[in-house]
Amino acid sequence: MVQWTDFERATIQSVFEKMDYDDVGPAALSRCLVVYPWTQRYFGNFGNLYNAAAIQGNPMVAAHGKTVLHGLDRAVKNMDDIKATYAELSVLHSEKLRVDPDNFRLLADCLTIVVAARMGAAFTADVQRAFQKFLAVVVSSLGKQYH
Amino acid sequence: MSLSAKEKVIVKDFFAKVSSRSDEIGAEALARLIVVYPQTKSYFGHWKDLSPNGAPVRKHGITVMGGVYEAVSKIDDLAGGLLNLSELHAFVLRVDPVNFKILSHCIMVVLSMLFAEEFTPQIHVAVDKFLALVALALAEKYR
Repeated sequence: MVQWTDFERATIQSVFEKMDYDDVGPAALSRCLVVYPWTQRYFGNFGNLYNAAAIQGNPMVAAHGKTVLHGLDRAVKNMDDIKATYAELSVLHSEKLRVDPDNFRLLADCLTIVVAARMGAAFTADVQRAFQKFLAVVVSSLGKQYH
Repeated sequence: MSLSAKEKVIVKDFFAKVSSRSDEIGAEALARLIVVYPQTKSYFGHWKDLSPNGAPVRKHGITVMGGVYEAVSKIDDLAGGLLNLSELHAFVLRVDPVNFKILSHCIMVVLSMLFAEEFTPQIHVAVDKFLALVALALAEKYR
């Protein structure tokens, strides 16, 4: 089981409480599609993804970005058993969506960059460490049911 | 993966724009490296002070960022231009190349924090590619 310090728990709650999901979700997903264009393979039915401007203006990308970010809520509320919390989602991503689990890491990196931009100086090294530890646990849990 | 002519311009322009704060970027990026990825401290056992805001870490961050700027000036031939640095990292420092990726991430987090408006996805992808190519050039002499 993952051990969390009081600082880490407080930090994760605080970061997500202050987050504007409608802004950060779309920003993180669209950034991922621009910076790592091969991730576009999963969004063939999203319409125009031909360039960065199109991706950032695409309403389906925005909607899906919010969905994905809200998907993290369960982990934020169940930090002591993220693996069990995400077992079903892991099966979904493996069996149905067939997403290469490396993509979870890529999206997590983009989310970190976006949160850093929004939080500025408040995104200290210690906050970054806690945030990345949280995302690493999420990424690992989502990859657990791949066989 | 290689940089297009347009991306080279993006990279050169962006790094020129942020150059007045390059020391701050370097110091902050290295501080984050050792805090967020503590295993990287294994390379700095010879420093008495490994605190993220201490003098040795900050000074070395500035040195490393100087290297990044040298790479920007040699963007048209990174492998050739960074040969000396590659030999240093391969034969003397023997830094595991996985750490180049980690440091690149820390540099970009700092860029995103300090230049939130400017570090757009388009600039992010060009800088990400550039730093990956720098890492590759640094690993040139490894084996």
